[in-house]
Parts: sequence; C-alpha cells; structure tokens
Amino acid sequence: MRYIDPHIHMVSRTTDDYAAMARCGCVAVTEPAFWAGFDRSSAAGFADYFGQLTETEPARAAQHGIRHHCWLCINPKEAEDPGLAREVIAEIPRFLDRPNVLGIGEIGLNKNSRNELAVFEAQLDLAASRGLLVLVHTPHLEDKLKGTRMIIDAIARDSRIDPGRVLIDHVEEHTVAQVLDAGFWAGMTLYPDTKCTPQRAADIFETFGLERLWINSAGDWGHSDPLAVPKCRQEMARRGHTAQTIERVSYANPLEFLSQSPRFRADA
Amino acid sequence: MSSKQRIADLYFLEHRAKLIDLAAFLDRVDRAGEPAEPPDFRVRALVRAAAVLTDGAGSRARRVLEMLSDPSTEPARSAAATKGASGAPRQGAL
Ligand SMILES: [Zn+2]
Repeated sequence: MRYIDPHIHMVSRTTDDYAAMARCGCVAVTEPAFWAGFDRSSAAGFADYFGQLTETEPARAAQHGIRHHCWLCINPKEAEDPGLAREVIAEIPRFLDRPNVLGIGEIGLNKNSRNELAVFEAQLDLAASRGLLVLVHTPHLEDKLKGTRMIIDAIARDSRIDPGRVLIDHVEEHTVAQVLDAGFWAGMTLYPDTKCTPQRAADIFETFGLERLWINSAGDWGHSDPLAVPKCRQEMARRGHTAQTIERVSYANPLEFLSQSPRFRADA
Repeated sequence: MSSKQRIADLYFLEHRAKLIDLAAFLDRVDRAGEPAEPPDFRVRALVRAAAVLTDGAGSRARRVLEMLSDPSTEPARSAAATKGASGAPRQGAL
C-alpha cells in the first residue's frame, strides 16, 4: 500500500494532490530544484526558491502525513548564463545543512550545450567535495540519447563520484541499459505524453530487472500526473506481478537509494 | 510470464485505437495545406520510424526512440536560441 514518489515538484501542486497522494499510500516525496516555467531574474530568486523547498513545502507535506525532502541546484534550463550560474551555486552551501536536503539535483543537461555542461560539472564538483547524493535530469525527446551519453562521460571524468550514489532520471528504452551498465541508479518518469507510460515502465522492469531502478511522477506545472506511481503499481498488479515486486519498485528501491543520506525518512 | 493471448486480451483494443489514431493523423496532414507542400520534418521522421513496426526484429521501442534522437555527438555551441525539444532531429530530415 505505501509508496515513495522520489521525484515530484510539489511547489506546483495543490493541497488536493497531497490529499489524493496520501490516500493512495504516499508516505514520502523528494523534490528536486527545477525550472519554474520562466527564467528567474537573479540569484536571490533562487535563494527564495531554496527557502520554499526547505521550509514551506515540508510543512505543507506534513499536514498530509507525507515526509518531504529536497535537492538543490541551478537546473539545466537556466544554466546557459555562466555568470548567473556561478552566483546561484555560491548560494547553495548555506542551505545544505537544512534537515530535509538530500543532495544536489536535478542537475544535468537540457539542450546539451557547452555552458550547460560546464554548469553541470561545477555542481558535480560541489556534490563530490561534500559527499552528497546526486539526482540527474536527462534531456527531453530527441536530445535525451546524446545528453545521457554526455552526462555519463562527465561523471566518469570525476573519480571522486561513486555511481551508486547517483540517480540518472527520465530513462527510456534507449538509455536505460547504458545507465545501469555504468553502475548508476536509473529513474523512470511516468508522463502522459512524453517519457514513460506506466505500461512501458512495467515493460522495462520485465526486461531489465528490478535492481537500481525506480519510478516517479515528476509531477509539476505541466501536463503530468501526481498519482502516476500508484497507477503504475496498478498496471503491474494487472499483469500479475506480486505485491512484493510492486512494493520493491515503488517503495524499497527508492528507500535503498535515498537512505544513503542519513536525513531520509519514510516514516510518517 | 503472461501468454501472448493474455497480452492481447489486456491491450489489443487500446493499441488498435492508437494505430487508427496514427493513420487518421497522417490523413489529416495530407489534407492540410497545398498538395505539393512536404510534411513537417517531425511527421517525416515518424513515418520513417514506423517501419520498425513491421520489420520483424525486436527492441522496437528502443529503435524507434533512437530514430527520433539527435545523432550528433559534439556539445551544442549554445542553448540560447531555445529551451524546447521538438521530438525528432532536424538533422537527417529527408
Ligand atoms: Zn523534475
């Protein structure tokens, strides 16, 4: 019955969504820092957002019995301006000791540009120097395959980073094998039109096994579904998967990865 | 493991509808604009990728996704022009 949604942008969701998630068995969420749908005009705008992720949102989640954790970074969609990125990265350390912060994320690439790559590497350095977990966003649609390769290569260049402490998210059929083969954790995002459907996520579990693989809704301000994880659980049940398998992919696996941070808690 | 019949029982009607939707979408593209106007590069990429469905080889989802991916390997010079993605590569659009 219980599940964890390890990637969801609750600042964009309503209290009704929290209530529905709690009714479906959600006990914990983790919320990566991401693009708000518009470019923030200054580093101070990011600092306000980090305050929201570390103070306001955990309190809102607690009202529904859901544990809230977050990841901090400058996201790849706002990483084309190196000067702004440097200022934002300088803001991050003063928030890292807050009790719900798990690590750096969702960093990665969007259009696979040189500036995005440099900002990604600078934030990998921040994570490596402090021994933090990393959550990585891979690009959309036609940019995903190339971007995933660039991301794996960039992480491999930093020998301080243990792939077992990095989750590479939004994998699909053409990227999941290279992520898992390199020793990373992989996340499948369940979206209505792009990324994975619940059916394809179940196919990927059947094809690649249950090791180091999780599902999330990545629910945000766009077309997305905050109940995508329980819907994937239903899809797997419909196919005859056992309750143990379903619990593994939607609770035990995220628990295993996230518990590498002593701050992660899934109890209400 | 499910039998082939069970998979068909569970999913056939849903995917029958998706195939008809795709056919109707291509008809809609044909009806639009001037007859001589070529389809958008995304539609052409979709039609090319659809060949994967009937070639008899496996890993269809992976191969369709690969055909709809940017084949270049060098980092882009800049992302200043757009944040968005279109769903098919512009390079190689026939
Ligand atoms: Zn996200």
